[in-house]
Amino acid sequence: MNDPTGTIYTETVIYSATEAFAADVPYQTAIVSLDAGGRVTGRIVNVHGDRVRIDDRVVRVEIRDGVPFFRKIA
Amino acid sequence: MRSVAVIGIGKTPFGAFPGRDLRSLAVEAGEKCLANGHIAPSQVDAFFLGNFAGPSFAGQNHLAPYVSTALGIQGVPATRVEAACASSGSAFFHAYTGVASGVYDIVLVVGAEKMTSQPTPRVTEILAGAGDCAGEIKAGSTFASLFAMIARRHMYEFGTTREHLSAVAVKNHANGALNPDAQMRKVITMQQAMAGKPIADPLNLYDCSLISDGAAAVLLAPAERAGEFTDKPVRVLGIAQASDFVALDQKPDITTFPAVRRASGKAYQMAGVGPADIQLAELHDCFTIAEIIAIEDLGFAPRGEGGPFTLEGHTARTGDKPINTSGGLKSKGHPVGATGVAQICDLVLQMRCEAGERQVPRHSLALAQNLGGSGATCVVTILGTV
Repeated sequence: MNDPTGTIYTETVIYSATEAFAADVPYQTAIVSLDAGGRVTGRIVNVHGDRVRIDDRVVRVEIRDGVPFFRKIA
Repeated sequence: MRSVAVIGIGKTPFGAFPGRDLRSLAVEAGEKCLANGHIAPSQVDAFFLGNFAGPSFAGQNHLAPYVSTALGIQGVPATRVEAACASSGSAFFHAYTGVASGVYDIVLVVGAEKMTSQPTPRVTEILAGAGDCAGEIKAGSTFASLFAMIARRHMYEFGTTREHLSAVAVKNHANGALNPDAQMRKVITMQQAMAGKPIADPLNLYDCSLISDGAAAVLLAPAERAGEFTDKPVRVLGIAQASDFVALDQKPDITTFPAVRRASGKAYQMAGVGPADIQLAELHDCFTIAEIIAIEDLGFAPRGEGGPFTLEGHTARTGDKPINTSGGLKSKGHPVGATGVAQICDLVLQMRCEAGERQVPRHSLALAQNLGGSGATCVVTILGTV
């Protein structure tokens, strides 16, 4: 089965985080409208090189501790 | 249902008070309120406490009787209400229903929060508990980032700009500078507001409300008895509470808050007034974008027009629809559990002509909007002196 794809509904880059995520800043989170239906909040990999914007197409590359990570589809 | 009036108000200043604990703040506001309403503790029929996270911030549970007995209120129902940032708005709503239904006559409502005893990352974590911890929060969201995503989408759909957001901050700081009880009495320029330290893109430090300690209190009584206690009663003409999804990703459209539309629709209907009739308002500006969307959801401006409405000066203290003359959560401060009741106190000050330098000339019909989380709870209250 192919990895789920979707479209960025909204996004942000976080600079001020809780203790648990302090080492990750800045990092990007987004709400993704999945092609299969529904929306999910996930992380975007490669915030510096590959920042996503609304309407960008993304693919889920992994699920880490229950959190989906997405990457921009070039 | 009986008509209900606010017969007393009391507040602590908002700020960072290292020597004060939650109970001492709540007691100060409660005592000032009882004195203001000429009520003895023994006359109080019920006590409601709005508090978001006392157990996390201060390690204390069972907070309602903990505070009420310290106020000398003995034996009556004492209930804590938690609804994130709308905790004390919700406490006020439930106190109102108790008086309106005839179960109680005199009810004291206190909202209180002690936040500055924890470092900022821990405060951020505690606040995140108002979101969906199994989803959006686990993915690294903070409350600022949730509202940043709302702002991003609002900008995309309606052309809202960075300047529109900053116009809210500039206006609320200008108001707060005139409020002796405000936490940050500092005028800021548009340039400063646009160039704040980034928190969650597109929001910067000046888009975010403050981390605060503080408490506020109001006394409610049947309107027919209000004259026994005050010569300046303020009537609750309309009030409603509404709910919605906690997780942002469950909402079909994040550029509007259905709970605000639902609560305000019911409150307007109950009061027999519309948005155009409201003369001043205290809105829940936890982040600048929240005030812009509230302006739209309450019907003060059409959808997507909240930003331009603000930039054009309509919501300034001198405008035709003054919003957050207290300074709002942005400048007055946002001790989460105190905010809903503090909004009522600030409107009552205006309606009694006791707002000092920030007094507005038209003040007989006012609205308070208290939002919990990213919109899962909303309480809207319409007050009148007519």
